[in-house]
Amino acid sequence: MAIIEVEHLTKEFDGLTAVNDLNLEIADGEFFGLLGPNGAGKTTTLLMLTTLLRPTRGTARVNGFDLVRQPRQVRNAIGIVFQDPSSDDTLTGYENLKLHGMLYHMPAALREQRIREVLALVDLTDRKDQIVKHYSGGMRRRLELARGLMHRPRVLFLDEPTLGLDPQSREHIWTYVERLVVEANITVVLTTHYMEEADRLCGRLAIIDHGRIVALDSPANLKRVVGGDIVTLGVQAPDLAAVTALGFVDEIDHQDGVVKLTVRDAKVRLPRILQAIGAVDWVEVHPATLEDVFLHYTGHEIRDAGEEGGWAERTMRYRSATK
Amino acid sequence: MGGTNHALPIRDEIGGIGAIWYREWKVFLREKSRIVASIVSPILWLLVFGGGLGQNVTIPGTGYQAFIFPGILAQAVLFSSVFFGVYIVWDRKIDFLKEVLVAPMSRTSVFLGKVIGGATDSIVQSIILLILGAVLGAAGVIPGLQPRLLTFSAALPILAVTTGSLVSVGLIIGALMESPEGFQLVSSFLLFPVFFLSGALFPLDRLPAWLEPLVLIDPLTYSVDALRHALLGSGHFALGLDLGLMVAFLGVVVWMGSLAFRRMRV
Repeated sequence: MAIIEVEHLTKEFDGLTAVNDLNLEIADGEFFGLLGPNGAGKTTTLLMLTTLLRPTRGTARVNGFDLVRQPRQVRNAIGIVFQDPSSDDTLTGYENLKLHGMLYHMPAALREQRIREVLALVDLTDRKDQIVKHYSGGMRRRLELARGLMHRPRVLFLDEPTLGLDPQSREHIWTYVERLVVEANITVVLTTHYMEEADRLCGRLAIIDHGRIVALDSPANLKRVVGGDIVTLGVQAPDLAAVTALGFVDEIDHQDGVVKLTVRDAKVRLPRILQAIGAVDWVEVHPATLEDVFLHYTGHEIRDAGEEGGWAERTMRYRSATK
Repeated sequence: MGGTNHALPIRDEIGGIGAIWYREWKVFLREKSRIVASIVSPILWLLVFGGGLGQNVTIPGTGYQAFIFPGILAQAVLFSSVFFGVYIVWDRKIDFLKEVLVAPMSRTSVFLGKVIGGATDSIVQSIILLILGAVLGAAGVIPGLQPRLLTFSAALPILAVTTGSLVSVGLIIGALMESPEGFQLVSSFLLFPVFFLSGALFPLDRLPAWLEPLVLIDPLTYSVDALRHALLGSGHFALGLDLGLMVAFLGVVVWMGSLAFRRMRV
């Protein structure tokens, strides 16, 4: 049974189409990922699905309720962890959760019980009376995860849940998220631009680029489409015609002396490739990752920032503009 | 849906308003410097400005400091209430506002919770100032100000209606502004004329003809006058007119505020 049904969902901002005619069904209990670069429309989609942004066209049903016509019922059925911290840092962890319980109309006894449960789930029981200002980034994300679960939503939305966290905290969050899916038995919709995160957590993935879904399947199947392994070679003057003539190379990508080949069973076929291509400086073989899948479908790498760009790019642009 | 209480929507809305108020109250208690700062400036006005000018100005029936005491109370409420609106800009700058707006309650209730939260801050401040006024009056520092429990208690509901309106005005500005700096700019432009035109510092009897209409359209004028009725026993307009206009103004700005919150972008 589908718990989320998206129909022709579209959002335009001043003539710019952020989300373009999205159609999608997410089944109850699924761990679903929206993967795409910054500016692809992931967060805009999430804000619409959580009733915070009104669609320009189209709609969606969440838990059987229409986003536009029954926002209150939709809100009762969902929990969300936003991309940026959305807890009040002048309150303690406990007070943030109490506030959440009040906002979701939970009777006092039930509220206290749930606060204890979710604090234990994210290992923050000891820190509950500390003011959130003194939390680390990872602790704060865990608190917000606990908060998003406290009213037992049917669907939990996670918007870039590990953005800006160090590798260790990221690993922690992943562990908690995996645990809660088992324990709480809910549907999770996650947006991310980390391939590793999508690969590890999601049962099914939609790859989004420029507001459109370009591919939709399980990570394993998506990687199968790209097929086998990726062979990357440093070659100054590659003989691409000879490589094509080998007959077993599925895809060839050549840029600035670096050749990328998609090949099945690369281990066995590598010697013949090396004979055909010419003088090779270096070579690298790895099984296809979602990174390769993304490149395959969009023609560019996920690291090529979209309109928003990362802060680093923005700083660079600002610097070169002021020079 | 595990245990979420689906009571009547109206009960949910009241619960939501209570939740917002709870948060504002906790923040207020934690930022004690805000309370101290909001007390210091009115005392300076009362003692330094009122004391200095009071030597040279006579107001029939009472001392100058006693005469401006209601005006200074209104001024304190004016500044703290309108500036409360800047917190909605901050809530939006950090993502806290999204947490509130995604909860199952209407935006009107979010607005009302904020109004009651901000009004509570100003009422606490008002109570402290009223007690200080009573002490200074009893000690003879403010000649003509008689500390009576009844009259000082009567000032509170007047201040409550006033702060409710002014917090609403602050929140409307906050809902429209993108940055805290923009908020400061707009509110400063608004606050000083409203304060000076309210008659907080001068009697309304012999105003120049050009000034009179400006004083009459200033909503704070009627709060100051009602406070004079309560604290000093007499005012310029009839008390019923003051109160009627105050409540009408409250109704208008609360309505405008809930509209502004409904249109506010996240």
